Amino acid sequence: MLNDPKNYSENVKAFQPRIPYVKNSLKAFLVGGLICLFGQFLETFYIHFFHFTKQSAGNPTVATLILIATLMTGFGIYDKLARFAGAGSIVPVTGFANTITSAALEHKSEGIVLGIATNLFSLAGAVIVFGVVSAAVLGIIRLFIEKAF
Amino acid sequence: MIFLYAFLVGGAICLIGQLLLDIFKWTPAHLVVIFVVLGAVLDVFGLYDRLIDFAGAGASVPITSFGHSLLHGAMSEGHQHGYLGIAIGIFKLTSAGITSAILFGFLVALLFKPKG
Repeated sequence: MLNDPKNYSENVKAFQPRIPYVKNSLKAFLVGGLICLFGQFLETFYIHFFHFTKQSAGNPTVATLILIATLMTGFGIYDKLARFAGAGSIVPVTGFANTITSAALEHKSEGIVLGIATNLFSLAGAVIVFGVVSAAVLGIIRLFIEKAF
Repeated sequence: MIFLYAFLVGGAICLIGQLLLDIFKWTPAHLVVIFVVLGAVLDVFGLYDRLIDFAGAGASVPITSFGHSLLHGAMSEGHQHGYLGIAIGIFKLTSAGITSAILFGFLVALLFKPKG
């Protein structure tokens, strides 16, 4: 029986759109790779013209990428890119900037303080919370081990 | 050569993310959170530094590097000031990224109209 609740998830499978795994993966690979390639050009630029070291050049690179991504979000371009590239636009740091800007824009009608400022981190906050918690815990463990031996 | 490696490694990290989205039906939020934690875990053994040496922006642009930088900043102060140093240094390296994200995000939201 098609309406049998026990087998619902099995029965409904035939009617769900099939996910084009290979196509999606290739798109994500291509766009994600191109964003990183562009980041590498920026990094090389900062190393050669502003005398950053290989380690410290990541900072201005990330800041520049974030500026570009927030502007693209403002113009509505980044959302079109995200629909095409999936994880290719979510995983790079530009995706972080996109969630911050789009969450703030979405709630703009509620005012500058209650709308924009309180919602800036409504999506991106999870990244910072889990990043800080995991880094703090791992840092304490590593320091403890280094001191013990 | 670093440009090729940046493209390949950065693309590969995004490809893994896409597979996790498609196959395990993760939400983008879960994906990003787990990648950040993964970056911090890989930094414990110094593996992520090697990846950055090898692939440059291919490793420092994906969000995994955020977790790596958090732990890196925490450890650099931690070695000087002990456990308190972890709290002092945790945002040391990511400060530029977070500051620019807040600043530009706020300004863009202020100036632009919501689309869609």
